[in-house]
Parts: sequence; C-alpha cells; structure tokens
Amino acid sequence: MSDFEPKVVAFVCNWCTYAGADLTGTSRIKYASNVRIIRFPCTGRIDFMLLLKAFANGADGIIVSGCHPNDCHYTSGNFHAKRRWIMFKELMDFMGIDMNRITFSWVSAAEGAKWADVVNTTVTRIRELGPYVSYKELVNKSVEEEVKNE
Amino acid sequence: MNSLITRAKELLENKSVQVVIGYEAGPTSVARPAFITDPAKAGTLIYDERCVQNLAVYLTKPEVKHLGKMAIVATLPVMRSIMMLISEQQIFADSIVVLGISADGSLLDIADVKVMQGYIEKSDLGNPEKYKELLAELNKLSPEERFAFWQKELSKCIKCYACRQACPMCYCTRCTVEVNQPQWIPVQSNTHGNMEWHILRAMHLAGRCISCGECGRACPVGIPCHLLTMHLVDQVHNYFNVYAGTSEKMSSVLSTFEPNDKESFII
Ligand code: SF4
Ligand code: SF4
Ligand code: SF4
Ligand code: FES
Repeated sequence: MSDFEPKVVAFVCNWCTYAGADLTGTSRIKYASNVRIIRFPCTGRIDFMLLLKAFANGADGIIVSGCHPNDCHYTSGNFHAKRRWIMFKELMDFMGIDMNRITFSWVSAAEGAKWADVVNTTVTRIRELGPYVSYKELVNKSVEEEVKNE
Repeated sequence: MNSLITRAKELLENKSVQVVIGYEAGPTSVARPAFITDPAKAGTLIYDERCVQNLAVYLTKPEVKHLGKMAIVATLPVMRSIMMLISEQQIFADSIVVLGISADGSLLDIADVKVMQGYIEKSDLGNPEKYKELLAELNKLSPEERFAFWQKELSKCIKCYACRQACPMCYCTRCTVEVNQPQWIPVQSNTHGNMEWHILRAMHLAGRCISCGECGRACPVGIPCHLLTMHLVDQVHNYFNVYAGTSEKMSSVLSTFEPNDKESFII
C-alpha cells in the first residue's frame, strides 16, 4: 500500500478556484501532483452525476470548489450549488458512499495558498483511507454482471 | 362511500367535470384506478383500505387530460401532490375538483385550494410511521453496512422505471434516463448503473417528494426505493424547515436558496 498514489479529481469553477489554482502555480507554491483539475463555468454547473462518474472511472477522491458565497461570477450559482451539495452529501451518506473522499471548498482567485492547502489535506486524507476499493469492486462486479446477461 | 358516489355523480351530471378519477374494485383483491366519465357508472367507485395508489400521477398524463375537466379522489398525499403540481405549474388550481378523503375515510368538503391548504397544514406532514422505523434502522447501521444493504437491494433492479412512472412528481416528458447524449445512466441493468439511477431519481425528488410511498409500492421486485426519497424528506425538513406540497406558491428547495443556508462541511 505504501506506493499507493491517490487519484484525485477536482471540479472547479473558472472564475475563482481555477484562477486561484493558477495563482498557486505562478506563486511557485509546491503541492501534491495527484490532482486532475477540470474547469467549469460555475459551481452551479457541477452536476452531482459528474462526481459519480469520477468515482466510476477510478477516482479515489474528489474536490469540488468555487467562489466564496456572494462572489459567484453569476451571482447565485454557488448558493444553488451549496443546497445541492447538502442534499447530495446526505443522500450519499445514507447509501454508504464514503463522503470523507469528497472535499467541498470555497477558494477565491486570491487564495493560491489555500488551494495548495485544500489539495494537500485532501491527498493526505485519501492516502490514509487508501484506494476506494469498495467502489471499484462495485464497478467491476457490474461489468461482470453485464457480460453474464448477454 | 355513498357520499362520494353521490358527489361524483352530481359533478358528472351537471357537467362540472368530464371525468372522475377514483378507485374501483378489480378482479383481484387489489383496488384499481377508475376513470369514470358516465354518471350512471359512478356507483362503481369505492374507498377503503385497499385504495392506496397515489392517483395524482394521472393528472399530468395526456391520455387522461384529454378527457376534459377532472375531479379526483384525494387522500392527504394526493392533495399534497396536487399542491406540488400546482406550484410547479403543471396543472391549474381551478381546473381540478378535489374530492378530499380524511384520515378516517370520510368525504371532505374541499371547495378550493385555500381550503385544501388549510387541511394540509393541519395534518402530520412527516414521513409515515411505518417508514420512520425503517429509516431509523438504516441510519443506525455503519456506512459499510448501508453500502452493502443498498448494493444488495439495487442488484435486483430491472430498470423497468415503474418507480418513476408511479410518482406524480416524475412527470418529465423526457426523463434523464432516456437521454443518450450523453448517456448518464446505462440502459442495461447492473448494480452500479442501478445505483446511479437511484441517486439521480432521489436527487430529482429532493424537496419535491411528499412521502406517499408509491415508488416503493410500484416496484415489482420490492426495492424500498421510497426510503431514499423519504430520507431526503427528513433532511430537507432538517436543514430548510419545509415539507413539500404545503402551499401553491412554494418553490422547491433545490430551485431556491437563502444566502445564510447552514452547512458545516465546506472548507
Ligand atoms: S427521474 Fe428525474 S428526469 Fe426522470 S422523470 Fe423523474 S424527475 Fe424527471
Ligand atoms: S414517495 Fe416516491 S412516489 Fe411518492 S412522492 Fe416520494 S418519490 Fe414520488
Ligand atoms: S420499479 Fe424497482 S425494478 Fe423498476 S426501476 Fe424502479 S427500483 Fe428498479
Ligand atoms: S462562478 Fe465561481 S461559483 Fe459561480
């Protein structure tokens, strides 16, 4: 397990967190390279189904991040997103899906250091949790089920 | 239920409505939905403990709507569904006659939406007792046990979508599962895809489910999928202090927000 490198997918909004992550780079702050950033127009566009697809495609952890409340480029996308995250989190918990593997955060365009911190703490946590074996098993089992049904 | 029959007959005779949606005895012990258009046939209407289906689902079906103005036999969950459909602008308040049925099975006098709202507000709006126990049991399990429970249940799903068809709030003419560019939910049945389907369905019903339990009742393989949406009913009440289907003006929880919505997990 010691050579386990977590795969973390980050869904971020274009206007704050993506710019923040850019700042992390231009400020030459070093952070874990386990993260794959996917840029969205706004957190309001980050459909919960995308998070499920990330797990299905082998992610061990997920970061979802956007502008702080009141700073959304489209005024209210993040407020809507917040309500959806609350419901999504409660539903996932109820179904036994590991919410310790998802980090939700607000990172502004000026918070390059916070972005590095969000990524590092997430990667450290996922490293401790190990690969998301139970989800991967579920996906593999489902592929077998389909072959059997054909 | 003579008062129900008399009222239905009256409505059809004086042409206030063209169809009465209610229940009738079927060939088995199960009561089935009835669509009465002829006043002479109003006598077949029944109301007893066998009448459990949520009839509000028919209010948005084109094949029923084309019959004309509708009257509907409505217990509390049906009235709440009607409220939801009005608030989501799927039906017009004054185009439906509500034949309200009280908890003890007698005919209520629901003259208009205001009266109906008053009746709903006086009622117990949480999840029904029998489901509360199941929910509490599941909530007591560890996350691993819950994951195993839902995997076992959802492995049985044959993707017939009866749960969707039976739900009054699943009225989309093109459901996401029928969208294939992109294909969000695989067409075939497999445990993982079935789980994705149920997460999608529950999320679409968050803040809209009125705890009728119809989705679970409709499932031919006995998956308790109503517990997923009912869990969110509890959570919506917990976080936002509302129950769905209580006012004709309400917007559903996930289509609005309050700037100071509380959460404790966003860093
Ligand atoms: S599952 Fe969602 S998309 Fe499908 S009918 Fe229900 S609400 Fe509409
Ligand atoms: S219990 Fe099921 S059928 Fe009834 S409103 Fe909720 S999701 Fe729809
Ligand atoms: S009714 Fe049951 S078997 Fe059919 S799609 Fe829903 S959960 Fe699956
Ligand atoms: S643009 Fe960043 S959250 Fe809306």
